[in-house]
Amino acid sequence: MTTLDKTASVPGQRGTKPEPGKDQRFADGGGVLNVFSHGFLAVWAVLILLPLLWVVLGSFKTDAQINGSAWSWPAHWGFDAFSRAWSKGIGGFFANTVIVLLGSVTLTMLLGSMAAYVLARYEFKGNRFIYYLFVAGSMFPVYLALVPLFFMVRNLGEISPYLGLNSYAGLILVYVAYSLPFTVFFMYSFFRTLPSAVHEAAMLDGCSHTRTFFQIMVPMAKPGLISVGIFNVLGQWNQYILPVTLMQPTTAGEADHSMLAQGLVNLALQSGYKSDAPALFAGMTIAMLPVLVVYLSFQRQVQAGLTSATLK
Amino acid sequence: MRHGKYPFIVGFLFLPIVLYVGLVLWPYLQTFGYSLTNWSGASQEMDFIGLDNYTRLLDDEVFAGALWHNLLLLILLPVVTILIALFFAFMLNVGGKGGTGGVQGVKGAPFYKVVFFFPQVLSIAILAVLWGAVYRTDQSGLANGILIKLGLATVNDPVQWLSDPDLVMWCVLAVLVWSGVGFYLVLFSAAMQGIPKDIYEAALLDGAKRGQTFFKITLPLLWETVQTAWVYLAIVAMDAFALVSSITPGAYFGGGPDHHSELISTYLMRSFLRNGEAGYACAMGVVIFFFTLILTIVSLWATKRDKIEY
Repeated sequence: MTTLDKTASVPGQRGTKPEPGKDQRFADGGGVLNVFSHGFLAVWAVLILLPLLWVVLGSFKTDAQINGSAWSWPAHWGFDAFSRAWSKGIGGFFANTVIVLLGSVTLTMLLGSMAAYVLARYEFKGNRFIYYLFVAGSMFPVYLALVPLFFMVRNLGEISPYLGLNSYAGLILVYVAYSLPFTVFFMYSFFRTLPSAVHEAAMLDGCSHTRTFFQIMVPMAKPGLISVGIFNVLGQWNQYILPVTLMQPTTAGEADHSMLAQGLVNLALQSGYKSDAPALFAGMTIAMLPVLVVYLSFQRQVQAGLTSATLK
Repeated sequence: MRHGKYPFIVGFLFLPIVLYVGLVLWPYLQTFGYSLTNWSGASQEMDFIGLDNYTRLLDDEVFAGALWHNLLLLILLPVVTILIALFFAFMLNVGGKGGTGGVQGVKGAPFYKVVFFFPQVLSIAILAVLWGAVYRTDQSGLANGILIKLGLATVNDPVQWLSDPDLVMWCVLAVLVWSGVGFYLVLFSAAMQGIPKDIYEAALLDGAKRGQTFFKITLPLLWETVQTAWVYLAIVAMDAFALVSSITPGAYFGGGPDHHSELISTYLMRSFLRNGEAGYACAMGVVIFFFTLILTIVSLWATKRDKIEY
């Protein structure tokens, strides 16, 4: 701290206290450190972006190029690989995932907020017990329950073929059940913070319990619902171990209801892309782009939603 | 007012509780029961064999190795991820030069925050396929491609990455850290923005260095968030199934080469779906249950601090 250049003055600075460094706020002459930290940030950004760009580039290369040097540049920009990837089932996997998520996220939000609302706003015997029962479920990894769950879902299939293994509805119910603990936990604390006066006024005006919930409490809880909704969409989109266990065709002729992530891994591991590396890269690009586009358009909400969902 | 309250409560709670108890709690409990049998999983036949599965686990070297790998991840993953994320969060929020004296992050902070978060929105299975391609063992893999460019490896003698027994766990750890940092960076950023700026400005007036500010102010005030992050990362480390089962070599849920990246989750799945040892797999599940329970309690107790109000 030899230079005592006082060009930078901190508002509210008192008396003669020296302010070391030029234009620096911290007293360690941040020049070197700034280069250092900027360097780190830039290197990390490259580490994130490089593999993603490399995969996108790969979907335009030829098979020989992909199996050659990693640094080759695509010779011509065609979309053949994309259509080959699509015809190998990526499109179907995508549709499966969207169908399941539409059902499971909607149902998770509905059932989760219903249960949370009743637990947060009504006193009755067993309220605490039920609440802690829900909270306890978010503590342990899913695969603890995997073996019995498999047979549970198979037995459901004997009741109705629409609920069994390799069925959309079965997987939706499982997703909902495993998302409930966190959703209830989060929405519970959210409903607790809403003012009770509005609720009481509605009741005095003769509004039924159900109507109060749907027409007054749910609109008021919108910020909370958005946060936990984003959390659930990303969580269920990323699910892997559940579909791998529950969504495998049980008989040879059965339709392939694989989720996107699962289908992509299967194609990468099995022979699907053995002789067609560009199509694998194109498949990855197809799987990555929609989420990245959605994320970039809503990144503020996603980041705010996710962090408030975990910080609660 | 009270009219219709109980039918309403029952009506709203009925479906959620049925689903939750039926598909979550009941399977968890059944795991304990099945772990005491020699059930194969294929038929409904099983015999009660007491604690035999557990005594077998004690002598199972693959299981011991898997437990050790999980423990390694459990310690290294949170430490490395949290340290990097904290450093970045500090740089992006309060580490910048403030020309006018305000407390702010370095230039380009919003850009970095958005980019670092990318891996978080991509499914872990997509990341697994992506890293499988990056870690290819010839010159066509990106990792080897970079090393060859830098002259650290040659075309004829590339690094074996996931096929190298000594490297494979580190490769897995690298991917987990790579994908996790962005989320915890955003988490810590949100918490840091909750810290009043006057505290930093006061430290500044007292001539605090950047490092001092970080360790004496930021870290203590963020302690609760760091704890939360620790618990979340511990859960990731105990699982890590999607990644390891799809990028590491080995038929049926990876774990190779020769069990050098075996985790409890991959071993459990193989025992259940491949080897027809559902009872044995359940015993592993029970061991993990207590393992997780004890670790959660110990880590919450060990990192306990007084809550700081500001």
